[in-house]
Amino acid sequence: MEAKNKDLWVFIETDGDGRARSVGLELLGPGRELADQQGGKLVGIVIGSGVDEAIKSAAAYGADKIVVIDGSEYAHYTTDAYVDAFNTLVEKDTPTTIFIGATNTGRDMAPRLACRLKTGLTADCTGLAIDEESGNMAWTRPAFGGNLMATILCPDHRPQIGTVRPGVFKKGEPDAVRQAEIVQEDIRVPAGRIRTKLIEVISELGGALVDLEGAEIIVSGGRGVGGPEGFEPLRALAAVLGATVGASRAAVDSDWIPHAHQVGQTGKTVGPKLYIACGISGAIQHLAGMSGSDCIVAINKDPDAPIFKVADYGVVGDLKEIVPILTEEIKKLKA
Amino acid sequence: MNMLVCIKQVPDTTEIKINPETNTLIREGVPSIVNTFDAFALEMAARIKDANSGSKIVVVSMGPEQAKNALKECLAVGGDKTYLISDRAFGGSDTLATSYILSKAVAKLEELEGKFDIIFCGKQAIDGDTAQVGPELAEHLDYPQITYAVDAFAEGDSVRVKRECAEGYEVLAAKMPCVVTVTKPNYDPRYPTIKTKMAANRAQIPVLTSQDFEIDLQHAGLKGSPTKVKKTFTPNLQKDSVMIEEETCEAAGQKLAKLLGDAGII
Repeated sequence: MEAKNKDLWVFIETDGDGRARSVGLELLGPGRELADQQGGKLVGIVIGSGVDEAIKSAAAYGADKIVVIDGSEYAHYTTDAYVDAFNTLVEKDTPTTIFIGATNTGRDMAPRLACRLKTGLTADCTGLAIDEESGNMAWTRPAFGGNLMATILCPDHRPQIGTVRPGVFKKGEPDAVRQAEIVQEDIRVPAGRIRTKLIEVISELGGALVDLEGAEIIVSGGRGVGGPEGFEPLRALAAVLGATVGASRAAVDSDWIPHAHQVGQTGKTVGPKLYIACGISGAIQHLAGMSGSDCIVAINKDPDAPIFKVADYGVVGDLKEIVPILTEEIKKLKA
Repeated sequence: MNMLVCIKQVPDTTEIKINPETNTLIREGVPSIVNTFDAFALEMAARIKDANSGSKIVVVSMGPEQAKNALKECLAVGGDKTYLISDRAFGGSDTLATSYILSKAVAKLEELEGKFDIIFCGKQAIDGDTAQVGPELAEHLDYPQITYAVDAFAEGDSVRVKRECAEGYEVLAAKMPCVVTVTKPNYDPRYPTIKTKMAANRAQIPVLTSQDFEIDLQHAGLKGSPTKVKKTFTPNLQKDSVMIEEETCEAAGQKLAKLLGDAGII
């Protein structure tokens, strides 16, 4: 497929209430810069049902143009409806580049879309640039559990598509009065095309959603917390900070806390403003999931723990004593 | 149920070391394992087999000759038949080319083993970490897909799957045939017994090459791969850390709170 323009599209993933999830708005930042370098428009693609809020956000965060596909069949994500709709758009107005957030939804949709378009897809990117030699997108991503980085090009196929990890790029400052061109596309997917049927949505943790990817502060525990009750002081600290509780694989595998809390290669990739790692040694698989955090605090008994290498602030000591003191001190600061 | 499980033999990434001079992976002495998520996929299939008598699990892998060892491990923990897809012409395939080759191999395997009701894949391989081959295989086959499965059941002509999603979990149903990709369930793969292990070790693993099934090699290997690796390098995660070393935990906690407050972080 040949590109019909030099535009760069960003998929603005929406939630059940028609609001934009964070990652799409994050991607409008690098999208803005790279669309300008490509010499094309920055286009937000909004698919959902009742998505006015998402459209407003996409405009405020820098899209030149917003293409909207609105229909009841898009209210809840399904692979078939979203891929059909997105594919129709691409065939009509093939852009040069597409960014999609590497969420569960993005990682379900993007490969199916790339395969239908017979083009290349680079997964889970943490670096985005234009390759000076060729003018292609240079997609940089971790592999081998974060041990190695690779830069990938898609030289001969368009659009070139990448999924980008949430939290790697920070949302810019929104400009509420910024205007964008809004194009409503009437693309409908017949019910018979949607081959998966939603039976139920389960929120297993007493209705509390573990939103690690959108969290601004994460307090995370590892083997060093010692047991399920060891997470209590971490929860107290998290409550004071308005933080979400995370965990390393060691803690999850020991059944101290559910998998939904896991950060790292087999869990979530996070990029909060502050990540407090308590009793986490810092295996490369864990670092791959959290090293994009703005500020990392590590509390660990072992002065040689690899977590200290990526920490901005390191405390060598017993988290069981330090965490409650830290909680009290922060209470005082906030008072 | 007639099920196919796609597996990949990968280096154990927890054991990988980097050569600091060349910035390349040291693969020598690194054990090869069945990709973690593929082992979960096989266990999910094995549980469906346990619940539905007369079921069969075929395990397939694409890779070099040595991947036979990984397939033998699968025979000892639930797999009934295994096949290796192997050809020099398949080397260097990216995910689009790999999924194309697998889709063509599936057609051949269905001639040999009958139509598959469910095709299981791990959600991603722990070396490439792309999570693309499963959905791309589903697209080549024009089957429905359900990704990030934590549990799956066969119900009549449908498969019912619990999957991770942004809201937590959702339960989806799809008519078979269907592709299901598997993340970590709340159970572990079963262990082999001495008997199953010995039988697996003796097994002969048939190899299918590009001569054995219909395939357009223009879409395979390096030339069938739209993505190209420009360079690889090792990440530099090292930071200039401020280390807090105080006599007492109390002093350390206080100092940390003060530093975070002064820096405007909290």
